[in-house]
Amino acid sequence: MDLLRFITCGSVDDGKSTLIGRLLYDSESVSLDVLAALEKRQAAGGVVDLALLTDGLRAEREQGITIDVAYKYFTTPRRKFIITDAPGHVQYTRNMVTGASNADLAIVLVDARQGVIEQTRRHTLIAALLGIRHFVLAVNKMDLVDYDEAIFARIATDYAELTNHFNLPAATAIPLSALQGDNVVKPSQHLPWYTGPSLLAHLESVPGAVETAFAPRFQVQYVIRPQTPELPDYRGYAGQILSGEYRRGQRVRVLPSGLESEIEAIEVNQQQVEVARAPQPVVIRLRDDVDVSRGDALVPAGPEAPTLTRELEATLCWMSEQPLWPGRKLLVQHHSTLTKAAVSAILYKVNVHTFAKAAAEQAQLNDIVRIRLKTALPLALDLYQDNRATGSFILVDELTGDTLAAGLVEAANSDYFTVPVAPPVAFSI
Amino acid sequence: MRDMLRMTVKPELKSRTHMSIPFDYLDRLEAEAIHILREVAGQFERPALLFSGGKDSIVLTRLAEKAFRPGRFPFPLVHVDTGHNFPEVLAYRDLLAAQLGEKLIVRKVEDTIKRQSLREPGGKFPSRNPLQTYTLLEVIEEFEFDACIGGARRDEEKARAKERIFSVRDEFGQWDPKRQRPELWNIYNGRIQKGENVRVFPISNWTELDVWRYIQRENIALPDIYFGHERTCVVLPSGQLLGLSEHLQLGAEDEIVTRQVRFRTVGDSTCTAAVESDARTVEDIIQDLLLAKVSERGATRLDDNISEAGMEDRKRNGYF
Repeated sequence: MDLLRFITCGSVDDGKSTLIGRLLYDSESVSLDVLAALEKRQAAGGVVDLALLTDGLRAEREQGITIDVAYKYFTTPRRKFIITDAPGHVQYTRNMVTGASNADLAIVLVDARQGVIEQTRRHTLIAALLGIRHFVLAVNKMDLVDYDEAIFARIATDYAELTNHFNLPAATAIPLSALQGDNVVKPSQHLPWYTGPSLLAHLESVPGAVETAFAPRFQVQYVIRPQTPELPDYRGYAGQILSGEYRRGQRVRVLPSGLESEIEAIEVNQQQVEVARAPQPVVIRLRDDVDVSRGDALVPAGPEAPTLTRELEATLCWMSEQPLWPGRKLLVQHHSTLTKAAVSAILYKVNVHTFAKAAAEQAQLNDIVRIRLKTALPLALDLYQDNRATGSFILVDELTGDTLAAGLVEAANSDYFTVPVAPPVAFSI
Repeated sequence: MRDMLRMTVKPELKSRTHMSIPFDYLDRLEAEAIHILREVAGQFERPALLFSGGKDSIVLTRLAEKAFRPGRFPFPLVHVDTGHNFPEVLAYRDLLAAQLGEKLIVRKVEDTIKRQSLREPGGKFPSRNPLQTYTLLEVIEEFEFDACIGGARRDEEKARAKERIFSVRDEFGQWDPKRQRPELWNIYNGRIQKGENVRVFPISNWTELDVWRYIQRENIALPDIYFGHERTCVVLPSGQLLGLSEHLQLGAEDEIVTRQVRFRTVGDSTCTAAVESDARTVEDIIQDLLLAKVSERGATRLDDNISEAGMEDRKRNGYF
């Protein structure tokens, strides 16, 4: 059984919470006591409001909105699902970015009466920006347009134009009514003209979580040194394989130092293995006594090496109430590496409805901007489009520790420091 | 104690070739949790693992073994002891800590009550659950813990569903849902200011069923109370069953029965109800769960049912 993480994008009015409630309810993932608690709040005689299954906090119930990313879980015999429910209001681009950063698939919800609106474009572009490759266009509230095939077809065509225009992955369009339960989990007799799968059937059949980057990437999170009489000299580098695979005997280069060694052993749960691959957590031991500490990367030398740089260009989603000005000093966290950095320039701002670029002197909360960043220590990174794991970072306020921005590496050159080119490494598979 | 000996046996040398394409979802959940534990070790000076003796914190210790062996855990186990314990769980706790060879710190709610002149909850079922927060904050202060790892899961409750994996708390331990940091990709930001601390939930994305499937896969021993056994219980007005103990203030009108029961969660024994079950094995329990239509906290926690925002309020006050 595998895992699929998906994000639902849409506003309260599109019936997003109702859709999630319907998925949970019809797949029998809602327990009786939770239903009872819902019914207790329900006016006598009313039906259970499925949207209440996702509206968690009191502040949200009082205002009838979702203020934060929420996570929901359900399992079918086919797979485990993690739903990231991100609010759709304009001011919450940051939540959408947060949710999309971990998702394999995005469900973009539209109201059949309204079709593709500005918000649909924003959600789609942000999800695509964050590297999501599978999209579902869920045309909801089909019951309110008499289950009209022509209306559905027009919306699907409009949306295809959008994805074509921006060269985005094609979406699977599915007509449904979350409120009535049509075609969410069970096929609907109200949609006889629709021959495709229900939403759940589709979610069960798309590829689940798969690694899409293949260059070997590993960063040290923690150094294990037991220093016991039995293991006086043991030195193991604990971390997660971020992408690709590693083999015993493989030559690796330590970045940023540039020193080289060979993998003496790879341990998974204290067992030595010949080969390990992303996303496995491992302990790597090296043959030579080279200096390695937390945040260092162990990577192949040669053409598969990441870029080592102290200067890069990135797309930022700015997430702080305090605007970003060029020259601002802060911290950059690139997985387990933390170093000081400065935003040396704001190159332009991206319009999230059109992807058009516009000049900008500063970035406000929820803005998407292209910036140039200088870092104190060199980072071993890849472009986001090539590697989600090593092409991403966050910016952190030095004083408060708050997360200020999500960063996607767009351009980087190894101009800082040229490491000697090592002899080609033989990979035997 | 059930299966306890199995724990001393080294994990057998088995080929991991079954892990070639694609990874099982439990492998992915495990990888995520180990990654989080190692981030805690790398980012904090004085972390701690909160250990209740319940299945979720037991799973955390297994994950910590996978994250840090052959080294020691980079944190002690900390038990906030309500004094309203199931004796089996205390015995299990001590045995596990000894087998792991890790440091166990126990701090008693009883002592906090005396020190701070707190009022003991009265009534028939005097739960010390709300008072745990005081002891937790005391132990954080005493050892200057900057990160406390806990076994809470987002599927347990609606307020938990919105909490981050690294959850920053102020010096009063308070959770402010509106001031949470966005948590992007698998980058965990543990930067804090003096006085603040972080609660870390490595198994946030696991459900109750996932925990049991992992216990089964890893062959993890549990305290006996998780399995069906005969127990004398008092029948609550809600129909729930509560194990008899000296802490309950019962009257003549209370109905006492003896039933075949098991516990789905382990907490303060005065507010943790049992469910009727004759499940003898982990496999039986998984079957039970696949059929069960009542959620874990709904079935067994008396304190969450007090008000619908029960958990949200307690978290805002520094609760786990």
